[in-house]
Amino acid sequence: MANFRIQRYDPEKDSRPYFQTYEVPVEQGMSILDCLFYIKERLDATLSFRASCRMGICGSCAMYINGLPRLACETQATSLATDTIEVRPLPNYEIIKDLVVDLSPLFEKHQRVRPWIIPYELEELDRPTKEYVQSPAELEKYLQFAYCLKCGLCLAACPTMATDNEFIGPQALAQAFRYNSDTRDGGDAERIAVVDTLHGLWRCHMAGACAEVCPKGVDPALAIQLMKREAVFGKKKERARLVDPRCGVTPLPGIPKAPEPTVKRSEGKR
Amino acid sequence: MRRYNNRLGIRGWIYAGNYGLERYLYFLHRISGLGLIFYLLLHIGVTSARIYGGAAWEQTMSLLSGPAFKLGEYVLMAGAIFHAANGLRLIITELGMCIGTPGRQEYPYVSSVRKQRRLMIVVMIIIAVLLLISGVDFFIL
Ligand code: SF4
Ligand code: FES
Repeated sequence: MANFRIQRYDPEKDSRPYFQTYEVPVEQGMSILDCLFYIKERLDATLSFRASCRMGICGSCAMYINGLPRLACETQATSLATDTIEVRPLPNYEIIKDLVVDLSPLFEKHQRVRPWIIPYELEELDRPTKEYVQSPAELEKYLQFAYCLKCGLCLAACPTMATDNEFIGPQALAQAFRYNSDTRDGGDAERIAVVDTLHGLWRCHMAGACAEVCPKGVDPALAIQLMKREAVFGKKKERARLVDPRCGVTPLPGIPKAPEPTVKRSEGKR
Repeated sequence: MRRYNNRLGIRGWIYAGNYGLERYLYFLHRISGLGLIFYLLLHIGVTSARIYGGAAWEQTMSLLSGPAFKLGEYVLMAGAIFHAANGLRLIITELGMCIGTPGRQEYPYVSSVRKQRRLMIVVMIIIAVLLLISGVDFFIL
């Protein structure tokens, strides 16, 4: 049996969060997420939390568990080596209900650094005639950072984030570096304009908490320091070669229009 | 719908969980930096007593010679030593040295903070030695 101390907050009833304790028969192999499902199914259906994949891929189940931000589905209950397990919502976000926080600042900041490939030849994007070649060594320059789940743990760990609302944050900064390091990309200048600012790169002072908590080994701290180095010393960007595909390409005469988006993008909202 | 703001604030600099020492050095670095700035302002204020003539100067100086002041001076010195040495460590890591290079990650992950930890330990030892030497110089010799 383990005692789960869980932070509760219902915006319709409570003025501030409080703790509630549940007893869960923990067995070897149960993740914290399994325990939360146990509580929700058998003890208290009003408990809210967010989860989807249960296998460390979607990044939905980020919470603050026994003193560290972690993914609930990737944290084995027995690995905490204690009978009292405290689960709270992620710090540095707004709580919507119980363990559910509003991650929209994370997504908004991610979007701000233009996390997509901005090619040198726009025409080549719309009507590709050739193939980009990238060596394994070139791939490894950014691959590590491409594993980001957007789980938001790193922003919960960051001490700068604790006081600076406007700080772009480790997740988005790491993604700026990921795309800047991609040889297919020519968008450095656009991203530097976003990150080389007052609330950008230079607000990081290498506390390293983001790197410690990242469940995917993305290591945002590494990306940020390397980007600072580039900002100070400059960098020579390698460019991916475009080669003729072996079997030739016949560009489609008329590329059909993309379908209407099913979800409306909330422009202007945060 | 009402939301509850869970931003940690300055509390989040001081303690936010079971992190490595580096996250706490971040806080010490800020505090020691602020302390040094505060001292600088105080220093300018105090030494400007000289404008009001020799007597005023003598009076302020006698005010500043108690044992408490000596301790204060030592704390100031300790702050300066820490801020300088830790600052050097930060400059080294922030310029991308001693933190490793990007590559494929295998579990268990070894992060950049872990890679610079040896540097951090060396710097902390240097700080401790300097504090000891200056302590002996201040209070014993
Ligand atoms: S960098 Fe790591 S901790 Fe931060 S959002 Fe991405 S996967 Fe999560
Ligand atoms: S439920 Fe998807 S990462 Fe945990």
